[in-house]
Amino acid sequence: MKRFWGFVIKEFKHIFRDYRTMIILFGMPVAQILIFGFVITNDIKDAEIAVLDHSKDQTTHEIVNKLTASGYFILKDNLESEKEIEPTFQSGKIKQVIIFGNDFGKKLVSEGSADIQIIADASDPNTANLLVNYTSAIIRDYTMSLNAEKTMNATIVPEVRMLFNQSLDGAYMFIPGIIALILILVSAMMTSITIAREKEMGTMEVLLISPLRPTHIIMGKVAPYIVIAFINAITVIFMGFFVFKVPLEGSLALLLIESLLYIFMSLSLGIFISTKSNSQQVAMFISMFALMLPTVLLSGFIFPIENMPGWLQAITYIMPPRYFIDIVKNILLKGTGLAFVWKETLAILGFTVLFIALSVKNFKIRLE
Amino acid sequence: MKPVIAENISKHFKSTAALQHISFEVDKAEIFGLIGPDGAGKTTLFRILNTLLIPTEGTASVLGQDTIRDYKYIRHHVGYMPGRFSLYEDLSVEENLNFYATIFQTSIEENYSLIEKIYKQIEAFKDRKAGNLSGGMKQKLALSCALIHKPKLLFLDEPTTGVDAVSRKEFWSMLKDLKQHGITILVSTPYMDEAEQCDRVALMQSGHIMDIDKPAGIVSKFNHRLFAVYPENIYEALQLLKTSPITHTAQIFGQSIHWVPKENFSEAEILNFMHSNNLNYKVDSPNIEDCFMEMM
Repeated sequence: MKRFWGFVIKEFKHIFRDYRTMIILFGMPVAQILIFGFVITNDIKDAEIAVLDHSKDQTTHEIVNKLTASGYFILKDNLESEKEIEPTFQSGKIKQVIIFGNDFGKKLVSEGSADIQIIADASDPNTANLLVNYTSAIIRDYTMSLNAEKTMNATIVPEVRMLFNQSLDGAYMFIPGIIALILILVSAMMTSITIAREKEMGTMEVLLISPLRPTHIIMGKVAPYIVIAFINAITVIFMGFFVFKVPLEGSLALLLIESLLYIFMSLSLGIFISTKSNSQQVAMFISMFALMLPTVLLSGFIFPIENMPGWLQAITYIMPPRYFIDIVKNILLKGTGLAFVWKETLAILGFTVLFIALSVKNFKIRLE
Repeated sequence: MKPVIAENISKHFKSTAALQHISFEVDKAEIFGLIGPDGAGKTTLFRILNTLLIPTEGTASVLGQDTIRDYKYIRHHVGYMPGRFSLYEDLSVEENLNFYATIFQTSIEENYSLIEKIYKQIEAFKDRKAGNLSGGMKQKLALSCALIHKPKLLFLDEPTTGVDAVSRKEFWSMLKDLKQHGITILVSTPYMDEAEQCDRVALMQSGHIMDIDKPAGIVSKFNHRLFAVYPENIYEALQLLKTSPITHTAQIFGQSIHWVPKENFSEAEILNFMHSNNLNYKVDSPNIEDCFMEMM
C-alpha cells in the first residue's frame, strides 16, 4: 500500500508542477462552459429590426411597441420607402424588416384583415427562422387580444408549453453535453497521455523492472484524475446552476454518482488508449479523434440523434457520452430517478467493464 | 550459481536479427562489460536478461532464476539503469530517489551506506529538479536510484554516454567500490577505452559476440606489428596509407594513425616506405579498439 501511495503522490506532483496541465485541467471546464454559454447561443436577444410603416396609425404603433417590449427586438430604424429595404439588409446590422400596408388600422376594423409583411435576413437560416417565429407569435398574440374584446370568431388556439425548458433556453441543452465532454477529455486524454509519457521518457522500463504490479501502475495513474475529474464535474454543474440557471430537478447525489461512474468509464478508456500508443502525441491524437469529435457530433450534444440517418444512429449506440448525456438531462431537467435511467447506467457500466478487460489484456509487462 | 548465464540467445525483430546465438556467463562481483558500437545489440541483450524482452531462441538465467518464468523474482532483485537516464525531470533529486526507494519498499536511510559515496556528490543539489542537472549529475542520480534497493545485480546500459570525461572516470571508480559490496555489474559501453576498466569484456558486433576475455587477454591475442604514425596532415596520410599495397589496416586514433602493415613486408621495406613519404612513426602496442577492428 505504501508503494501505491508513493506512486500516487508522484503523479500529483507531476500534475501540480506543470502549469500548462493545470490550466488545461481546471481552466478548460470554465472556458468551455463560458464559450458555449455566451458565444454559441441559439437564443434571440436584442435582434435589430427596422420598420417600414405606410399607415403610421395607432395599431401599427402598438404592434411595434409590443415587439420591442418583448426584449427580443430593438427598433433600429424607421424606413421611408421600399427602396431602402435592400441597402438596410446589406449594411448587415438589421436582421429583419417589418412592413405595414396602407391604412392598416382602418382595414383591420372594416375588413377584418390587414397586410403585414415580414422580411428576414436568411443568410443565417436558423436565426431568421427564429426571428420570424417570434414576430409572428407576438403579432398573433396582439390580434387575439383585439378579438377578445369583440368576442367573435371561433378560432382554435393551441396553448403550447415547452416542458422541462419553458423558455427554450440553450443552456439546458449544452450543460449536460459539456459535462460529458469535459469529463471524457480530462479523464481519458490526460491518463492516456501520462501513461504514454512514461513510455516515451523511458521511465516505464524502470517501473516494469520493479516490484510494482501493473494494477499499481494503472491505479496510481488513474487516482489523481478521479479527484480532478470529479472536481470538474462539480464545477460544471454549479456553474450551470448559478450562471446559466439550469435547474437541478433530480437528486444531486444520484447525479454525482452517475458522474463518478462515467469518470471511471472514461479513465478505463484512457488506459485502453495508452496500451495502444507508445508516444504522447499518438495518445493525444487518438483521444482527440476518438473522443472529442464523436462526443460533440454523435452523442446528441448538439445535433439531435433522431434526425440522423439510420446507419449513423446505429453508430451513436457505441458512443458512451450518448448515454451519459441522456442520464444528465433526465436528472437535471426532468428530475427522474434511477428507475428511469438504469438502462443507460447499465450501458456505461458495460463500457467500463469492457475497457478494463481490454486494458488488462493489452497491458504489457514487457516491452515489444 | 553464476549470477548471469545466457545460453544460445537469439532475438529477431520481424525480419532483422538483433542477436544471434549469444552465450556467456558472468561471475559474482564481477564487472562485465559489453563493448560494441551502436546497433551491436547491447541494449536488446540487456532487456532480455532483465526480463523486459523474451528471446526468440535460447534461455537465460539471472540470479539462478529463469528470465521468462521467474521474471517477478528477478525484477525484485536487480537494479537497472537504462540508456536514457530514467529520471523524472520535474521531480527534484531527493524526490526521485525517494520515489524509487518507496516503490522498492525501502527508504533512503536504510541503504544509505551503499549509495553514500555517490549520492554525497549530488546531495548539495537535492532540491534541484532532475531536468536541470548536468549529464554527470544525472548519471550519479540514476545510479543512486538503481542502487537504492540494494540489488544483487546491476544492469547499466551505456551509463557513460553523454557524460564528460572527468565524470566518466569518477563513475568507473564508483563501480569498483560497488564491486566491493559484492554487487555483480553488467555494463555496456560504445567507448573502447573503457573496456580496460572491466574485469572481463565481451566484444559485440552486429548481434554477435566476437570474443570474451579479460581486457589484457584480448590485447595479447593481437598478433600483428602495430605502428603509430604522426603525420602533419592526418587525412591525407590516412588516404595514402589506406591505398598503399603494404597496408593491412590503417585508422585514426586520436592525433595519430594506428597502422598495421601486411605480414610479408620486412622492417627495412617499412622504414623505406615511411621515409619516402616523409612520415614520422614509432612502434606502438595495440589497444582494445585495434583488436576490435581486427576482429570485424
